Amino acid sequence: MIPAPFTYRRAGTVAEALEMAAESGEDAKYLAGGHSLLPLMKLRLAVPEVLIDIGRLREAAYVRDEGGHIAIGALTRHHDLATSGLLASRVPLLAYAAGCVGDPQVRHRGTIGGSLAHGDPAADLPAVILALDATLVAQGPGGTREIAAADFFQGLYETALAPGELLTEIRVKRPESAGWSFQKFTKRAIDWAIVGVAAQGDRVALVNMGMTPMRAVAVEQALAAGLAPEQAASHAADGTSPPEDINATAAYRQHLARVLVGRALAQARARG
Amino acid sequence: MNVTITVNGTPITADVADRTLLVQFLREAGGLTATNVGCDTTSCGACTVLLDGESVKSCTVLAAQVDGSAVTTLEGLASPDGQMHPVQRAFHAEHALQCGFCTPGMVMAAVSLLAENPDPTQDEVRAGLEGNLCRGTGYHHIVRAVLAAARAGREPA
Repeated sequence: MIPAPFTYRRAGTVAEALEMAAESGEDAKYLAGGHSLLPLMKLRLAVPEVLIDIGRLREAAYVRDEGGHIAIGALTRHHDLATSGLLASRVPLLAYAAGCVGDPQVRHRGTIGGSLAHGDPAADLPAVILALDATLVAQGPGGTREIAAADFFQGLYETALAPGELLTEIRVKRPESAGWSFQKFTKRAIDWAIVGVAAQGDRVALVNMGMTPMRAVAVEQALAAGLAPEQAASHAADGTSPPEDINATAAYRQHLARVLVGRALAQARARG
Repeated sequence: MNVTITVNGTPITADVADRTLLVQFLREAGGLTATNVGCDTTSCGACTVLLDGESVKSCTVLAAQVDGSAVTTLEGLASPDGQMHPVQRAFHAEHALQCGFCTPGMVMAAVSLLAENPDPTQDEVRAGLEGNLCRGTGYHHIVRAVLAAARAGREPA
């Protein structure tokens, strides 16, 4: 099984990638590690005419302490997030969750920027950056702009990135509350989460509970109103329309969301 | 496009279609058929090879993406005099295979795992091999072989 034909182009710099995207038009896609995009292309669920390989932009692979925030280059691989001492001490939620993505081979190729730009509600890291209230930095023909994580995911595989715009950096402020938890419920280790939960303090986000990764707004409101974590967790599925598939009915996913949010809040409080 | 990949220490150059997968390049341009295509969907790990020393699934990497890189396949593990790699020897000694189809990928994943963690616990071996499926479910002997290879690596030769 191989992808449909396309033209491969390799960018040496961010500026070159943006130029190539401008030349190639709307049917071009950026290719980072390829571990979200290539499987879809093999299934003909994505048929780009041009792939712009940004996988060698080492200038965009880093984890840096910028004082007020941690800056993570979009081309940083899951493996490098999971083994980063800086992240382990400053943003342990992200380091831990990155180590839960796929399997070791996937983590050797897949990148945080690729995962976020793909916009899959079943992926782990989108919920994590929602729980961290991160800021995403995008470069496009018109310059650089910042996008709040809360505004980034707009639909199934749809993000706030404009055509040709390239996600270059993720910025995470030091969390106000130290307690964190990441819960991932799967049948096999390598699978997508049937349901997942990322919690940083009282900020909670859900994996695979709808068309986009999402904050568990009802849970956050219940906590803010002073409800105990176990009562707040009972609101985890409020307002959600989770998918039905071979692994789970929508009702089972809603049940899992309540159980996993309860566990996440308990663990986050114990660590906080 | 023209792609050159150093496979097991020898540069291989071929003019391939842009959509050529690394596993196709290895099998068809390189004639190296130890690397198996199993699920073809990034799940089973049968196609695992080392890319610049780290395990990857070669069914989900384009040959073009790794132009200029170094790849090691199962064929590249033994020393030039034919002496098997310690992980291969351990798989042999512990009978860590049933039908053998997953074995090349298992061995390459184990080599990568031990390079990152030379002294793993049994749980770390199981987690480190989670990207590789054995449909005969012969995992117990495989885990035992990886632990044996780690022990052999710690003992003076």
